[in-house]
Amino acid sequence: MRTSQWSAVALATGLAVTLAACSSGGGAADGDVESGQELTMLIGSSGDAETTAVQEAADAWAEETGNTVEVVAANDLVQQLGQGFSGNNPPDLFYMPWDQFQSYAAQGFIEPYAEDLANAGDFLPALVEQFSYDGQFYCAPKDFSTLGLQINLEAWEAAGLTDADIPTDWDQLATVAQTLTTGDQVGLSMGREYARVGVFMNQAGGSLVDGDTIAADSAENAEGLAYLQELIAAGSLKFPQELEAGWGGEAFGLGKAAMVIEGPWINGAMKNDFPERKYISVELPAGPAGPSTFAFSNCWGMPVDSETRGATLDLIEFLTSDEQQLAFAEAFGVIPSTEAGSAAYAEQFPENEAFVAGVEYAASPVAFQGAAAAIADFNTQLEQIGSAEPSSLLAPLQSNLQAAYDEANG
Amino acid sequence: MPLAAARPRRRGGIRGGEARAGWLFVAPAVVITAVFLVVPIALALWVSMSDWNGFQSPLSPRVNFVGLENYAAITVDDGLDQRNFGTAVRNNLYYVLLVVPLQTIIALLLAVQVNRAALRGRGFFRTAFYFPSVTSTVAIVIVFQFLFTASGAVNALIGALGIDGPDWFNDSTGLIHGLLSAFGITSPPPLLAEPGFLGITGWEWLAGPSVAMTSLIILAIFTTSGTFMLLFLAALQSIGSEIDEASLMDGAGPVRKFFSITVPMLRPTLFTVLTLGLIGSWQVFDQIYVLGGTSAGGTISTPAFLAYRSSFVDLEWGQGAAIAFILFVFIILLTLAQRWVLKERSPRKRVAVVATGTVEGGPR
Repeated sequence: MRTSQWSAVALATGLAVTLAACSSGGGAADGDVESGQELTMLIGSSGDAETTAVQEAADAWAEETGNTVEVVAANDLVQQLGQGFSGNNPPDLFYMPWDQFQSYAAQGFIEPYAEDLANAGDFLPALVEQFSYDGQFYCAPKDFSTLGLQINLEAWEAAGLTDADIPTDWDQLATVAQTLTTGDQVGLSMGREYARVGVFMNQAGGSLVDGDTIAADSAENAEGLAYLQELIAAGSLKFPQELEAGWGGEAFGLGKAAMVIEGPWINGAMKNDFPERKYISVELPAGPAGPSTFAFSNCWGMPVDSETRGATLDLIEFLTSDEQQLAFAEAFGVIPSTEAGSAAYAEQFPENEAFVAGVEYAASPVAFQGAAAAIADFNTQLEQIGSAEPSSLLAPLQSNLQAAYDEANG
Repeated sequence: MPLAAARPRRRGGIRGGEARAGWLFVAPAVVITAVFLVVPIALALWVSMSDWNGFQSPLSPRVNFVGLENYAAITVDDGLDQRNFGTAVRNNLYYVLLVVPLQTIIALLLAVQVNRAALRGRGFFRTAFYFPSVTSTVAIVIVFQFLFTASGAVNALIGALGIDGPDWFNDSTGLIHGLLSAFGITSPPPLLAEPGFLGITGWEWLAGPSVAMTSLIILAIFTTSGTFMLLFLAALQSIGSEIDEASLMDGAGPVRKFFSITVPMLRPTLFTVLTLGLIGSWQVFDQIYVLGGTSAGGTISTPAFLAYRSSFVDLEWGQGAAIAFILFVFIILLTLAQRWVLKERSPRKRVAVVATGTVEGGPR
């Protein structure tokens, strides 16, 4: 009888731990053993372009230092990380997703190595803050992205719009979205999730956490949702699910949405899947409380008490150097996480200027320990955004976040 | 005294080493069972009562015993964890209620059809019906995703009949809620609006399977009926033709023969099929995982999926193991209950049948 298949999985993992514990011989000494190391790197790749670029960079470093690096592109990064840690066999270096960082830091999974980096002072302050836990800078930001508004130029011209019509506030956005909506094309689309919708709540002056208190059910947040509901009611905003697309970029590429809200990663996707699509990225229109966007970033995670700490640190310094980050930027569109690197990026890729400009006023999405589950529940609730009252969407978010916050700080 | 004296002598005799040799022979089986079954289950039980966060060994001294805290968090403590678990149980309950009876009935009917001697191309039909069972679930889910998109083949088909099809895998409307709204009932009576068992309101308990879940139910029936058809077919072929002939002589028509001869004789197989179906459908995971598990308003999440998600994504390994254990105990209880229901309580019944037989036979 296969009765407890899934409990067995949890347990088999435990068993693997016991077995692994017996075989963990041959650990390298700490410090400066810089060659002959075999490192494993686990990445959550956006596609072949990213995997190849990271592999090439790792190989270049390996060659120079006499180590080897095996780059593994994860199918499901968070699951594979969880498996690695529970099996006591985590990768030596990995992409640490922003929404899991606080949990991993709080649970003591990752090494706070960032202050030991030679280039620790070069990173953008907002990113240093995002990857700090309990006042300590944990891990080096890999790169970052902000959200912008993509405009399909063909649709734009077909609707008789000009450069002067590029929306800079909510009213203008509503107007052009309406103008661009035709029979088989909707004016605006974006992922139906906090990571997009939350931007509008911030633009209305809201936030989920205000200092030490949870403020998810504030009037400002409700105003942000209410604005989106107006667009939905007018028929000028539809979500990718309703357009039979996997995400905003696909709806945009297919021509089902004339404008979407995505980050610089859309450039790579358009180049691969919809090379004929002509578009520009502009800054997000400002809300009643001013401009706002989200900044997303992963950091280079290192497991706590890593046996390969010295070599891994050296590799991280190499990977986060301005030159290497600009090479990544060229390969798959991300923005360098250092001040000098991002400035160089804006010059080198003027078409992505809007994303760099967003750094000025970007906020980090809420991600304290335990918040992920509350946000996941909110994303589920958002399926009702077309019909529900904003307050009834925000009330459960408020209580779930409050519970998670109390637990994280209690 | 003589008896006591006899014992040591017997032990030292020709059969003296038997016990030891016996243990030696079963040792591989015992070791395999212990390593792959007993130890993992014991460890799972430990994890479900600990605060292990998935870092290094669950047996390391940093891990603390927390008693029933994890179980309480998903069953009695008010909060998100409890509601997620309640919703998952609700979803899976409707799934089981529809999948198990339907797949059993369809498998039985298919088996009876392909067992008929007069059927042409029996081999073809047997293969065709069995085919979905040997195909990977994941592949079938992906095919179904294309069939059931808003502009997919299924909606094109029912669109031809003038019906506007739903967006199957993304529609979170419960079937019973949908039915009620057809009668103008769209909000719960006050009695059903209060959070009830597992933090879910009575109104939500009564939602029925969502449209998305219904698509998965159709998928499950499609994939598993073939397997169970094969079990029924094997059992049908072991029913001798003399029994068929005897029932024919007694004047039983095809329907009477089916219910009075075939079904009772298939009782052991029926038990197997129902048990396997019940266990399989309480553990449904692959389909949910492929679809992402949290889409359609959380109406396709199941306890098995939630156990995975709590552990690997939310790092609440204790809760994940607790969910798995509740599921484990629940499935065992259900299987026992079902065994009891299907048990042959025959002697008295048979006597009664014989007795009526004689009475009926009397006047003749």
